[in-house]
Amino acid sequence: MGNKQTTFTEEQLEAYQDCTYFTRKEILSLHGRYRELAPHLVPLDYTNNPDIKVPMALIVTMPELKENPFRDRIVETFSEDGQGNMSFNDFVDMFSALCEMAPRELKTIYAFKIYDFNRDNFICKEDLQKTLNKLTKGELTPEEVTLVCDKAIEEADLDADNKLSFSDFENMISKAPDFLSNFHVRI
Amino acid sequence: GEKEKLNMKQADMRGTKEKPETSEDGDDEEEVNNDGEVRPELLSPEELEKLKEAVDEKKKLIQSLRGKPWPMKQKLVTLRESQLFVEKYEGALGKGKGRKLYAYKVMMTKKWMKFQRDFENFKIACIPWEMKIKEIESHFGSSVASYFIFLRWMYGINMILFGLTFGLVMVPEALMGRAYGSIPRKTVPRAEEAGAMDFAVLWDFGGYAQYSVLFYGYYNNQRAIGWFKFRMPLSYFLVGVGTVAYSYMVVIRTMARNANESGIGDDNSFNFSWKMFTSWDYLIGNPETADNKFASITTSFKEAILEEQESRKDDNIHLTRFLRVLANFLVLCCLAGSGYLIYFVVRRSQKFALDGLENHSWWERNEVNMVMSLLGMFCPMLFDVISTLENYHPRVALQWQLGRIFALFLGNLYTFIIALMDAINLKRKEEKVVKYNITMWEATLYNGTGSENSTAPPITIHPADVPRGPCWETMVGQEFVRLIISDTMTTYITLLIGDFLRAVLVRFLNHCWCWDLEAGFPSYSEFDVSGNVLGLIFNQGMIWMGAFYAPCLPALNLLRLHVSMYLQCWAVMCCNVPQERVFKASGSNNFYMAMLLVILFLSTLPAIYTIVTIPPSFDCGPFSGKNRMFDVIQETLESDFPAWFSKVFSYASNPGLVLPFILLMVLAIYYLQSTSKSYKEANVELKKKLQMVIQRLDNF
Repeated sequence: MGNKQTTFTEEQLEAYQDCTYFTRKEILSLHGRYRELAPHLVPLDYTNNPDIKVPMALIVTMPELKENPFRDRIVETFSEDGQGNMSFNDFVDMFSALCEMAPRELKTIYAFKIYDFNRDNFICKEDLQKTLNKLTKGELTPEEVTLVCDKAIEEADLDADNKLSFSDFENMISKAPDFLSNFHVRI
Repeated sequence: GEKEKLNMKQADMRGTKEKPETSEDGDDEEEVNNDGEVRPELLSPEELEKLKEAVDEKKKLIQSLRGKPWPMKQKLVTLRESQLFVEKYEGALGKGKGRKLYAYKVMMTKKWMKFQRDFENFKIACIPWEMKIKEIESHFGSSVASYFIFLRWMYGINMILFGLTFGLVMVPEALMGRAYGSIPRKTVPRAEEAGAMDFAVLWDFGGYAQYSVLFYGYYNNQRAIGWFKFRMPLSYFLVGVGTVAYSYMVVIRTMARNANESGIGDDNSFNFSWKMFTSWDYLIGNPETADNKFASITTSFKEAILEEQESRKDDNIHLTRFLRVLANFLVLCCLAGSGYLIYFVVRRSQKFALDGLENHSWWERNEVNMVMSLLGMFCPMLFDVISTLENYHPRVALQWQLGRIFALFLGNLYTFIIALMDAINLKRKEEKVVKYNITMWEATLYNGTGSENSTAPPITIHPADVPRGPCWETMVGQEFVRLIISDTMTTYITLLIGDFLRAVLVRFLNHCWCWDLEAGFPSYSEFDVSGNVLGLIFNQGMIWMGAFYAPCLPALNLLRLHVSMYLQCWAVMCCNVPQERVFKASGSNNFYMAMLLVILFLSTLPAIYTIVTIPPSFDCGPFSGKNRMFDVIQETLESDFPAWFSKVFSYASNPGLVLPFILLMVLAIYYLQSTSKSYKEANVELKKKLQMVIQRLDNF
């Protein structure tokens, strides 16, 4: 393995390979991508686990995320402090959960967290409205928005509490044919 | 237990950093001395068993860490703890009887896991074209990119097929078989020698190309060649069977994998929810595509709202039904017409062949291939026009269109094969005549020397002068190669004219044209995913059909796929615009896989039929002189294996044994199907129970 990289120790690389779906080479290239977001902030040498966080404003400029209407929510969900400032651990975690090899169950859990805007563990009407407005860029009239949100809750809400719990969401997503292919970011 | 896992899931949802409950039951009962050391000699067998279980559970936890929805820091900490636990107690468990074996097993497992990980890393690093596909994904979304991913997967399969045919068939014959020109079947006949090197002849795969390892006819029927006695005919036969078996295995394995992941498609009960949560394509990275996607999502919502509000007015259902029946009738006429046209053209080309090919123009010589390619190009457009009569939902219309194109290609291919069978029968009749002529010719050589007089010196004849028997297998191989080449050329030319030239014209003529060419007609073309995928599937079908008679076909296809990848990637980035409305043919990826499986089955049928029923040519190929091609297996069993083996085999092929075996397999399939059905039902029950339990917990 004559790679003379000094960014990580071998134990760190093995640990990352155990905890994510990435190979050694991909983890090193991810570190390169993380660093190029803020080269003065992120050190080259990660062997002593420096506690550096890159702010959200820089992360959402990545080409993979910048066109995504949910980029803010994605970054917030995976960041440890919930504000969107990501350490390298969070960064790797995010792309591992969104990669092609992540299983359906894992993606469902994170999708639920992303679409839960107010973080109360339920997708309520306001969350649905926010999702819809982000998706259509405000092109629908308020009546249409209300209609769509009501229909969505009517379809998926099984326990009749007028909001979607995780089990409702999971039940609905498990049968969706496009979910796996669309909820996927290639890095 | 289940309650534990439920707790964990709840904890996950709340985002708390709860550590998983480690089943450290063993700890309570261990004899721990002052500094925490465990002395397993003091443990009873049950406690030892519990400790082993704990270690195994920790190992399982490590394996499944990737899929846990915990923050990375928590995962790393858990990993470290679990690894320490396993290291500490695994070594300790090994004390006592059989400890050396246990320690050895542990070390081998570690080494094996490390090897597996390195191999996985290496395999992933070898995947080609990753950056190209990523660029296409970000510009066009996942549906267009799925075609290129499919192309790459096909390339992988063809690479294996190429490895098999090249390494086990072409190379041994080229290196260890007799050289070109040594025996009659390996030499260009004297009559054809003059034009054997002409480009036109070589392009048609005649001349030197025909008498080479590329085609069936070159191979010698010597049982073992070379210094290490390579069994050439056996290898040829087994490679033919092996390519088909490998293809089946790969397609079915991929289908099984896809079936696990995908949900049940076309269920309309979650229409709005799905549109809300699964319509955005996270792969998009291009602003223009993103704008397109926003627009299409908005349109899709508006349409769905309209459908929801309006009651479906089924006015004039009789007119619709009549139009649909009319449309299907027209399509059937088209299909019948194209089938007849191909048959007619193939018979005409046989007539031309009898007259001698030099007397005809280029068009007449290549008529069959050109007609087939042109039909494949224009009929789908015709079907598209006819389908406007039917007034279906776009997704349903797409499925009808694909079904019709599938029927068209299949009909054309099978008509072609039937016409080819006629040509084969013709050649076999010719064989009898030639055999007679050869005996006459040999008699004139040994001009009255008498059959018993063996002291006369053998007259040496140059192999090119020996009269040759007809070789229907090489002819079949040549036909397929020509078909594939003309198909490839047609595809590329259509691409260049239909996409590239159109884009150039729209771009540059727009300045001086009366209406906006970019917005109205003709504008830039969209990438036709389903048409291209179908083309790829049928191309592969032709390879499977012809690979037995022309070992060069997988190599040719590999080259073709390689060029296609680069050409189409360039064309799509340069000349195409993202699709406005995206309709996939079906929910799961298994639609195209199922088509591939059907084509695989249908393409191997003709080859199997010819192998089993038609005797091989007497004068060419590795099976010449045998009664049937599969006799080579019988021959190998008799001569290369010990006597008891062939006896066992003859017992095994006794119908009295084979029929009960088949019956047993059918029963096994029925049993497995019924158990899988009961598992599915049990699954649904458990899910319902889980939901009820979660609801009850939520209500607290």
